[in-house]
Amino acid sequence: MKKRSALISIVTLLIMSLFFTACGNASDSKTETQQLGANAGENATELSFWTFVDLHGKHLDKMLGLWNEQNPDKQIKLNVTVMPYDDMHNKLLLAVTSGKGAPDIADIELGQFPKFLEGDNVPLESLNDVFAPYKDVVVPSRVEIYSKADQVYGFDYHVGATLAFYNTEILEQAGVDYKTIKTWEDYKQAGIKVYEKTGKYLGTADTSATWQASLLLAQQNADFTDENGNPKVNSPEMIKAYEMLVDLQKNNVIHTIPGGQPDTEEAKGEYNKGNYASALMPEWYMSRFVNEMKDLNGKYAIAPLPVFEEGNPRSVGLGGTGTVVTKSGKDVQLAKEFVAFAKLSKEATTEIWNTLGFDPINMEVWKDDAVTKNPDNEYVQYFKTNAFDTLNEIKDEIRAIKSVKASPTIGNILNTVTLNAIFEDGQDVKEALDEAQAAIEQELK
Amino acid sequence: MIKKFVYSQKVAPYVFVLPFILIFLIFWFFPLVNSFVMSFQDRMLGQDPKWIGEANYSKLLTDKVFLTAIKNSVVYMLGTLVLLIPLPMLFAVMINSKLMMGREFFKSSFFLPALTSVAVAGTIFRLTFGEMEGSLMNSFLGLFGIDPIKFLKDGNWSMAALLILACWRWTGVNMLYYLSGLKSIDNEYYEAASIDGASAWQKFRTITMPLLKPTTVYVTTISVYAGLAMFTESLMMFNGNNSPKNIGLTIVGYLYRQGIEQNKLGYAAAVGIVLLVIAMVINLTQLKFSGMFKKEED
Repeated sequence: MKKRSALISIVTLLIMSLFFTACGNASDSKTETQQLGANAGENATELSFWTFVDLHGKHLDKMLGLWNEQNPDKQIKLNVTVMPYDDMHNKLLLAVTSGKGAPDIADIELGQFPKFLEGDNVPLESLNDVFAPYKDVVVPSRVEIYSKADQVYGFDYHVGATLAFYNTEILEQAGVDYKTIKTWEDYKQAGIKVYEKTGKYLGTADTSATWQASLLLAQQNADFTDENGNPKVNSPEMIKAYEMLVDLQKNNVIHTIPGGQPDTEEAKGEYNKGNYASALMPEWYMSRFVNEMKDLNGKYAIAPLPVFEEGNPRSVGLGGTGTVVTKSGKDVQLAKEFVAFAKLSKEATTEIWNTLGFDPINMEVWKDDAVTKNPDNEYVQYFKTNAFDTLNEIKDEIRAIKSVKASPTIGNILNTVTLNAIFEDGQDVKEALDEAQAAIEQELK
Repeated sequence: MIKKFVYSQKVAPYVFVLPFILIFLIFWFFPLVNSFVMSFQDRMLGQDPKWIGEANYSKLLTDKVFLTAIKNSVVYMLGTLVLLIPLPMLFAVMINSKLMMGREFFKSSFFLPALTSVAVAGTIFRLTFGEMEGSLMNSFLGLFGIDPIKFLKDGNWSMAALLILACWRWTGVNMLYYLSGLKSIDNEYYEAASIDGASAWQKFRTITMPLLKPTTVYVTTISVYAGLAMFTESLMMFNGNNSPKNIGLTIVGYLYRQGIEQNKLGYAAAVGIVLLVIAMVINLTQLKFSGMFKKEED
């Protein structure tokens, strides 16, 4: 008997080893470079582009096709490299600051952007000249977040207006109508019913992202930093926000989620299984539903966020990716013109909605029903309600959260230590936020 | 002339050691001196460096996150010493025994994990120790009616997971060191001991263990270094350098966070110098106590 079990363990061990070794060989191809611009001629300029979102490459592919058609004398071939988030930003920061090995064009996530603007020698090209023609049609706050001293350095894909996504199937089982949820108190009562009737949670208690803190601060016209850019994470508004969330957690309205926040692999799995009935996330989260949570097709409705008191602003622009042109690029002017065309033109913003499902920063498109309500659009088909109905309803209430020098540190400490202490260990909110403030100040010294 | 130079008995030794000296100077000594200088500067890539004296070191002294990183690295290092010295030694003795069947098979199965990419192994261990009900460990615990555990959100569990990964990966390598050590032990000692009626345990304790001492000292030295320098395993296990409450943050992880992620190269250099000092102090102490600095008796 002993011999037999020993034999089984040996065989298992060997199989596992072989399996892991086999996987090891396959892992080297995680970073992929692909050439776009199939319709470009032989004399086309070859540019390189780094991104951390595969879909962004697909958008640029479509825009490149159009650009090459419209500009036969300035055709481009684009080598797109998709890398994991941390990896790409770290490599890019090293490359642009050292002046060696940087791509011509790159995507920089909003939270990482301040690192690239530090000091006097910004390693990115100013985009002011190519931005000028679009100045009046884009949302100003979405350009300011990528600017420094009147110079624009990046163009975003979207406004990122935060919305409430409700799983109507689960809510109906609990006898809740999402349209009646106007305030956080309504949200709480709905969540209590959902948990009692279905055993599921209405929302998440995020431990690795500050989407919730951002939207709750914006609703109180507050921020993570003061007007001088100094951190103030233990402000009365922040305490009020987290105490409210802890109250929701205690009443089983929200619950921590594997992965720590809705935009992670593990969390999307939980949503797909129907274990959580709502996500309060930026508009771009729609693309995650359509591409990564296919089982939920036809179940989700979109509505404005609940607020503390009616009259509070019902949305905030969150997340974002600025596409930049580096100073060390081969043909900087061409890269700048292409980036402006690919991100801000009417054609671009239409494609941003069609391909990416994002709310473009050129708001002309928001009013164009032929684009936003096109029945062939997969984002229109997936959701029970049209995103632009809600977006147009709240478009004057979209606040912004500042991204300043202290922001990466604030995000890092809240997301690694503080939120886990509050939601996983049950630490007192004020105490946890005071500790966070001290830790952030220490780090920024 | 050249021929005379190359064939000269005085010059030849220097020519032979030159590659090592050059590599040492270019890839070790120069970066070390440079890091030391940088640790006294406020330095960011793309910006001019500023001399700030010992400010980075005094900031490190009060940096709680750095202390957490040191604690994690030291606990991990001690854990690897406790597990990755006795177990491989025992396995090596077992495999070296003539009574053992399928020796080569065992050797290769233990060694295979070392060939696996740490990125892949870390990722698979992350999924194995995931907090979902369906993750491998939790579904196994579920068979015994145990509720799912959030392994990678708890300091003790995550350290255990990192140590299991280390054992899975390095047992085979350390075992090979011990196997080569065992090969150098003369069989006559065992024969003489058998004639005197020594038991297997007595032979192990009085012959094998003392004669394996040089191997043990070597394995300890590299384990101290490897334990303190661990980074990739944690990075993969936590899917990034930012683990909940920094439970997976190591000294090198903190160096990476400051230097690469935050572009504070001066502060990161200070972290690196402190790591070097810690590793040197532990290793030199360990070598001193194991008598490695004494001249070998003739």
